[in-house]
Amino acid sequence: MSDASYDSSIQEGEAQFGDYFALLKPRVMTLVVFTAFVGLLAAPVPVHPFIAFCAVLFIAVGGGASGALNMWYDSDIDAVMRRTAKRPIPAGKVTREEALAIGLTLSVFSCLFLAFATNYLAGGLLAFTIFFYVVIYTMWLKRATPQNIVIGGAAGAFPPMIGWAAATGEISTASVLMFCLTFMWTPPHFWALALFMRSDYDDAGVPMLTVTHGRRATRVHILVYTVLLAALAIALGFTQVGGPVYLTVAVVLNALFLKGAVDIWRRDEDASEGDNFLTERKFFKLSLLYLFAHFGAILIEAGIDRMGF
Amino acid sequence: MALTKEHELHTRRRSRNVGLGLTLAAFIAIVFGMTFVKVTRGGFAPNPSPVATAPAGQQGGANGN
Repeated sequence: MSDASYDSSIQEGEAQFGDYFALLKPRVMTLVVFTAFVGLLAAPVPVHPFIAFCAVLFIAVGGGASGALNMWYDSDIDAVMRRTAKRPIPAGKVTREEALAIGLTLSVFSCLFLAFATNYLAGGLLAFTIFFYVVIYTMWLKRATPQNIVIGGAAGAFPPMIGWAAATGEISTASVLMFCLTFMWTPPHFWALALFMRSDYDDAGVPMLTVTHGRRATRVHILVYTVLLAALAIALGFTQVGGPVYLTVAVVLNALFLKGAVDIWRRDEDASEGDNFLTERKFFKLSLLYLFAHFGAILIEAGIDRMGF
Repeated sequence: MALTKEHELHTRRRSRNVGLGLTLAAFIAIVFGMTFVKVTRGGFAPNPSPVATAPAGQQGGANGN
């Protein structure tokens, strides 16, 4: 027996480091890193730069671990959908067992090290986020309810709250409202996408609002969530993380976002198909700017405070 | 067959090995950095012993001997 024969089953298409990294959903991680960073810097308690770096890193690793566990559990539906068919597991690069092992290891590692680096509340919140995303969303509700986007959005909304907890050791009105901002933003963002992307979730048996309740109901849902989002976004401006810069950004962007939601609500399918969903596409693009600009404004406010203006 | 210095396996798994090596090196740097910051900022300073802090004349241990 040759020394290499133990590995003879793995030949072409063997997983490279990048394939394992792809398990961590790096694109989702960028949002996690940005919002966690803002939450941490906006907190009124200064944190040592290296500890802040470690905290954001561990939050990102925890988010990535939940992504790996999501890919482990959802590998059957990932293989069916075009958008996800090239992920490492359905592509045959990484086995389900490897994804599970990496996900569990990184989950434990990230929560413990965040707790050691900062405090137990931050570590506990990160553990809850991973549990929520993997067990409550992925395993339980994703395939059971068309409100799956709303519930999944909660998991993505925790990072600024964890960042805040890492700095202060507590939960406050400002950190809850930062959570609410991402939480309420997620449904209109994804439902707008669902309106113009003929989703293949249906083939995979995942209930999406556009399919279960119809496209008219989806338009109404977008408007309702956008109204609630606008109220929360403005309210955040009156907490300790707000200020004139944030309020200006929030007022302008929420006015534009509300107008977009009303336009979507007013349109029917014929009008949308006529211009290839131009309004829905514009709303989706605006939603990307919306979240980035709100958290960017919070960051600017934190910078202004630190400089003593 | 002996595993040669540049076996095909090494080439095939280079990216995994280099990636894992860099990850472990980063892990060591992070643990070292965190320890350095915590210790130098006094986060892990041991509690002062009663003997060292007691006023002169009251020394003799915590049990009062």
